[in-house]
Amino acid sequence: MCLAVPMKVTQIVGPNCTAEMSGITARVRLDLVPDVRVGDYVIVHAGYAIQRLDEQEALETLSLLDELSAHAAEE
Amino acid sequence: MNCPPTPPRNSLCIVSQWNMTNPDPSDIYFDSFRDPDRVCRLAACIRRELAGPITLMEVCGTHTMSVHRFGLRDLLPTELKLLSGPGCPVCVTPNNYYEQVRLLAQNRDVVLCSFGDLLRVPGRDGSLEDLRVNGADVRVVYSPAQALEFALMDPLKKFVFLGIGFETTAPLTAAVIESAQNECCGNFFVLSGHKIMPPPMRALVESGEVAIDGFLCPGHVSVITGDAPYRFLAEEKGKPCVIAGFEPVDVLQGLLMLIRQRNERRSAVEIQYTRAVRPEGNPKARELMQRVFCESDDDWRGLGRIPLSGLRIREEYVAYNAAQLIPPVEIPPEDLSGCICHKILRGIALPNECALFGEICVPDRPRGACMASQEGTCSIYYRYGR
Repeated sequence: MCLAVPMKVTQIVGPNCTAEMSGITARVRLDLVPDVRVGDYVIVHAGYAIQRLDEQEALETLSLLDELSAHAAEE
Repeated sequence: MNCPPTPPRNSLCIVSQWNMTNPDPSDIYFDSFRDPDRVCRLAACIRRELAGPITLMEVCGTHTMSVHRFGLRDLLPTELKLLSGPGCPVCVTPNNYYEQVRLLAQNRDVVLCSFGDLLRVPGRDGSLEDLRVNGADVRVVYSPAQALEFALMDPLKKFVFLGIGFETTAPLTAAVIESAQNECCGNFFVLSGHKIMPPPMRALVESGEVAIDGFLCPGHVSVITGDAPYRFLAEEKGKPCVIAGFEPVDVLQGLLMLIRQRNERRSAVEIQYTRAVRPEGNPKARELMQRVFCESDDDWRGLGRIPLSGLRIREEYVAYNAAQLIPPVEIPPEDLSGCICHKILRGIALPNECALFGEICVPDRPRGACMASQEGTCSIYYRYGR
């Protein structure tokens, strides 16, 4: 029930946007996430965006993880 | 590196190489966090660093789903015991809520709008699906906004959205109630069964019924709440907490972070899912939720009545409260005979310890809520063959 998926915002009309993921397009409400722009990735839960995804943070998570696990693999 | 030679059973991992030089955001959010190589390396780290038996609870049903769907259990050492917590909203909703739903359905001008997961939950007198068979108008919606759209299109009927879910979902319901107010919609109602996560986590730790060494905290609840609600677990109760995402890499990294906290003899609330969870959460969503709902004592299947664990619609929004359409319900929130959902939700029993599991109780004909919901522990164990 807390399932939420990342989607890319492709068009914004009032409180709604069109967002897509893997070829699936959906109408998504933006009431809970102000200042969304076209091209942003948001997490969508039950038809509402609940947060904007932070690409920089995602890259940092991956690079930290790769560093740590590579170090562990060398031990 | 001590990496298993074969991919995990049930694995849906997609083999992909992440392009370091020019990453596409969709590759980052989808493929990178399912990368089998990263999964193997993380699992190897966990095996290497686990210094002894540990019991961790994944609080959220969506985490339980990830663990089993991606076959992660098979990659983890047996000394790492994973317990499923009370984080499946449909499962913890007590029978008295379904009794209210049954009473609402008796009004022929009422249309019930529900998430699909609720349909098969067996109440004392049958499920929502049974109500539909008997003539009630029950519509499955994917969003509360859809329920309001139905109401605006058909003003002669009363549309009741069955508001089930934790902090992830409650702000949506709050938003739709405000939308209904803005649209002057007089035929839209919500039956709130919304609940919040930290009180049952406190109840579990304080009951002492099961020893939990750390919590994998719910990622999408935390998108809204931030990390503050779990601090009492780390600071007062000494329990390591990690807020994790739901892809296989997220879950394993979250578990590794919990193991490291224990190895370092510390307890803190850490965020693994930083791409989505900010320490302050989503203040706008929280503000909306607090404007429409107030916290109240609430019943949980398996855990009984927990102080200030439910979200009741405030008096200012009483016109949208479906509870005003029916008399108060006073039935015990107990399970049906033979079902051990109440024990499974507390982490003190596993589905295969239930006499009904897999024989009398299956996803198509569930006897208990934990088999009826896709995210229920019994349903997950049944579908993924554990």
